[in-house]
Amino acid sequence: MLAVEVRGVEKRFGPVRALAGVSLEVPRGEFFGLLGPNGAGKTTLISALGGLVIPDAGCLAVMGHDVARDFRAARRAVGIVPQEIVFDPFFTVRETLEIQSGYFGLRANGAWIDELIERLGLVAKAHANMRSLSGGMKRRVMVAQALVHRPPVIVLDEPTAGVDVELRQALWSFVRGLNESGSTILLTTHYLEEAQQLCSRIAMMKDGRIVALDSTARLLADFSQRVLRVKLEGSELPASLAETATRDAAGAWRIPIADVAHVEEALRALRAAGVTVASLEVAEPELEEVFVKIMHREEVEPA
Amino acid sequence: MSGLPTLLYKEVLRFWKVSFQTVAAPVLTTLLYLLVFAHALAGRVEALPGVSYVQFLIPGLAMMSMLQNSFANSSSSLIQSKITGNIVFILLPPLSAAEIFLAYLGAAMVRGLVVGIGVFAATLWLVPLPVPNPLWVLAFGLAGCGMLGTMGIIAGIWSEKFDQLAAFQNFLVMPLTFLAGVFYSIHSLPPFWQAVSRLNPFFYVIDGFRYGFFGRSDMPPLQSLAFATAAFAALSWLTLRLLRRGYKLRH
Repeated sequence: MLAVEVRGVEKRFGPVRALAGVSLEVPRGEFFGLLGPNGAGKTTLISALGGLVIPDAGCLAVMGHDVARDFRAARRAVGIVPQEIVFDPFFTVRETLEIQSGYFGLRANGAWIDELIERLGLVAKAHANMRSLSGGMKRRVMVAQALVHRPPVIVLDEPTAGVDVELRQALWSFVRGLNESGSTILLTTHYLEEAQQLCSRIAMMKDGRIVALDSTARLLADFSQRVLRVKLEGSELPASLAETATRDAAGAWRIPIADVAHVEEALRALRAAGVTVASLEVAEPELEEVFVKIMHREEVEPA
Repeated sequence: MSGLPTLLYKEVLRFWKVSFQTVAAPVLTTLLYLLVFAHALAGRVEALPGVSYVQFLIPGLAMMSMLQNSFANSSSSLIQSKITGNIVFILLPPLSAAEIFLAYLGAAMVRGLVVGIGVFAATLWLVPLPVPNPLWVLAFGLAGCGMLGTMGIIAGIWSEKFDQLAAFQNFLVMPLTFLAGVFYSIHSLPPFWQAVSRLNPFFYVIDGFRYGFFGRSDMPPLQSLAFATAAFAALSWLTLRLLRRGYKLRH
């Protein structure tokens, strides 16, 4: 059964084509990443999933429930953490969660609310007014609000934007735990290392379209490779290596290597040339490289 | 179970937490109106034969503040939620258009009625007022608060800025309440303005409400109730349509 199903969704905001025909399937239990530059349409797509945006064409379903026709079941099945920090200044943390729970028709939900407060590190702030909380704490409350009805599908829209390291780590271990216990996670982020570590499958969006959709491993294998990263002190790279090497922003050379033998070869060439090596490391394939390549490819030859 | 009771509870709690501003202040304002107008006009105006001007004024002023506070409750709650963005917490749960409508309407009516009760509680020991027809008082109280609570929802949905909401309030709600016969009987007006007053739905609520106290009114109360209910029903239908379409809420 599919957790999320998106079929030919189109959405226009005036002259802007926010979604230009998006189709997507996320199976149950997956940790799915939705990546793309600002304005690619990620948030619009997520909003359409939650019924905040009404598409011009196409349909969306959560756990098999159409978000328009069967909106009650669809909305019960999904918990969305919006990107912007928003809160109701009239209430405390606990009141906020009890009220949110009540909107879903859940009255006796105290035990789960306590657990959420506990697991998200909000115990000390449970009776504090929302206004008095720091941005990070408000973000935690928003995560708790999205989970208050125990949705099988959890959508996090850039949850770590502007969040400190400690919260980021706590949040990821929490979300990973939810995924391990069977929840489907749909995540958007600009931190590509996070996506690479967490997501088993990734879609990349640009200008309202999906421009790449594959397992993370496959994307890495296709668009990135292991390189020998060498920084030289004032000397040039030997001609035999310069053919395939590229230079990164820090001025280091990136020499593609297929296997260990290739590393040996490269080192031998460096020694033979008598260059002074300032630093040297083997860099694993990076999603960032995949991302840059795919986005660039789209600019060169728009599909 | 439905999320309606919780949304209603939250909307009531929202104004109750700031009840100095949302209940006590309008009661005080109404008392000031009463003191000033009663002092300035007592003896000079006889709106209804055999009824002192102060007595005449109380139901009208009470209804005026009930109408304004019902409007203020739903409209300010919606615009604040829209501007701060926390409206998403209401749009994401499985609440239908009707449930959202009834919750905002219910809270607006509660606020209007609480303010009305406050005004009477504060004035009755100053100026005793008979209530020969409490059912008419209740019926028009509900119809008036319902009508304005619904208008508040429309204004809150339509406005994108506080400025637009203020315009709605100052250029529509205020003139309609002031010209609805709060301070005078429309029979004292020239025929043209009498006819204009009869186009104002607020007039019927105030006139009928007053009937509950004095057993006399400019219009037959049943006719007023029919007009008021029709206006309330038409506004409710419009509001439900807007909510179903997601007008300015779901993009």
